[in-house]
Amino acid sequence: MALLHTACVARIPCEVPPYALSGTLYGTLLNHRSALDAVAAEAARPPYNALPRAPVLYLKPRNTLAADGAPVELPQGVTELEAAACLGIVVGRSARRLTEAAALDCVAGFLIVNDVSVPHSSYFRPAVRHQARDGFCPLGPRVTPRASVSNPDALVLRTYVDGVLAQSASMADLVRPLARLLADVTEFMTLAPGDVLAAGAAAPAPRVRAGQRVRIEAQELGVLANSFVENGA
Amino acid sequence: MMRARVAFDGAIHDAVPHGPAQDTPAGSVPEIELADGRVLHEDQVVWLPPFEVGTVIALGLNYADHAKELAFGSLEEPLVFLKGPGTLLGHRGTTVRPSGVKFMHYECELAVVIGQPAKAVSRAGAMRHVAGYCIANDYAVRDYLENWYRPNARAKNRDRATVLGPWLVDAAGVEPANLDLRTFVNGRQTQSGNTRDLIFDVPYLIEYLSAFMTLSTGDVILTGTPQGVENVMPGDDIVCHIDGLGWLKNTIVAERPRGSAQ
Repeated sequence: MALLHTACVARIPCEVPPYALSGTLYGTLLNHRSALDAVAAEAARPPYNALPRAPVLYLKPRNTLAADGAPVELPQGVTELEAAACLGIVVGRSARRLTEAAALDCVAGFLIVNDVSVPHSSYFRPAVRHQARDGFCPLGPRVTPRASVSNPDALVLRTYVDGVLAQSASMADLVRPLARLLADVTEFMTLAPGDVLAAGAAAPAPRVRAGQRVRIEAQELGVLANSFVENGA
Repeated sequence: MMRARVAFDGAIHDAVPHGPAQDTPAGSVPEIELADGRVLHEDQVVWLPPFEVGTVIALGLNYADHAKELAFGSLEEPLVFLKGPGTLLGHRGTTVRPSGVKFMHYECELAVVIGQPAKAVSRAGAMRHVAGYCIANDYAVRDYLENWYRPNARAKNRDRATVLGPWLVDAAGVEPANLDLRTFVNGRQTQSGNTRDLIFDVPYLIEYLSAFMTLSTGDVILTGTPQGVENVMPGDDIVCHIDGLGWLKNTIVAERPRGSAQ
């Protein structure tokens, strides 16, 4: 299996500072309007009792990071995975306590993230076993410099499964637009150069079976394509 | 073998204890020795986490008494969460208590450092993948807890709120299944436990985690904290102790506005 550990992440072309990814990627739960709407009814009940206030983050550690073209392995006994297309914000300089007005200044560029997970219905506990499996975070195909992206808050990510359009997610429908998200995350933690903050996937995420191929496209960002394969293939 | 990483005189160095360690919080290791032979007092250097830290894997509610303290029942599988590198801090560093919060507490934990990469290893073979151990003090700000991926990042992934050290102690000679853990706040003991009471023990955790994620050199597992967590305030000195691993000191400071002199 083609795995990208920290040292190899640098192979993702990045022509702007910080020139290499750090190997740390944070995902944001429920930051697309469609994802928040999908849980709105149950959010008022236990165990949640309320909608989230602060950004809900999860970490895709270095063992998950994979390149464009790397196969994604289905775990034994799992027939379908979710392939959640996200806009990845690549941080260019240490960012803490950003104001919304200045937040995008810390951004080096953008890339496409295919945030793969084993489907899970509860968001009460962190879903590390579902999200942090080897190779479960293809990203790329390159870092597109911020200056080359005309309006990141209007980007549309289109996900095709075996060539058929399965999802179209506009960043115009984010609950926290990019600058607001960066400001709220850096209220309590530093984003470091080369970190990636995935801005939040639309729901429902396309389901993918072994033998299928996922292609995520966004204007100005390119195409990220990965095949899903049987365990041990 | 105990090793530290320290910054001194414009460079980062490996260091070892100089002279016999005294097992007291005041003078655990008054002097350290750099690889080039220079001997320094422990307060002359800046202590860093004692190894190059990879993925930080943390356990919640992994002692039955602490789970009960927080009014949680027992778990069917480990409660695992991941932490980012910005949380890390060395021995003798300071951790910010945010303004206006009511309950921020320390958590003394046994930290297990991975040596040989581990993928799908069994319980029986798990301990061969452990390079060593250190102490972790993993703070939580309970005011910020929310019930989405709980413990959520704002409560548990804060800058400088995961203290590691002072030493990386080689696995040989450490019996991880029977270690006393204690925390002292301004010299008063507030927390005590023993790793024999871990719900999911070290070999089980390595088996569980490596079944779905490859553990690499420098990855670290924070195994959870026993009962006895108390609120801490700016100015408080927090010292965590684990048998054979030393004394890990940390001081709480108040949040300051951006641009204020420290």
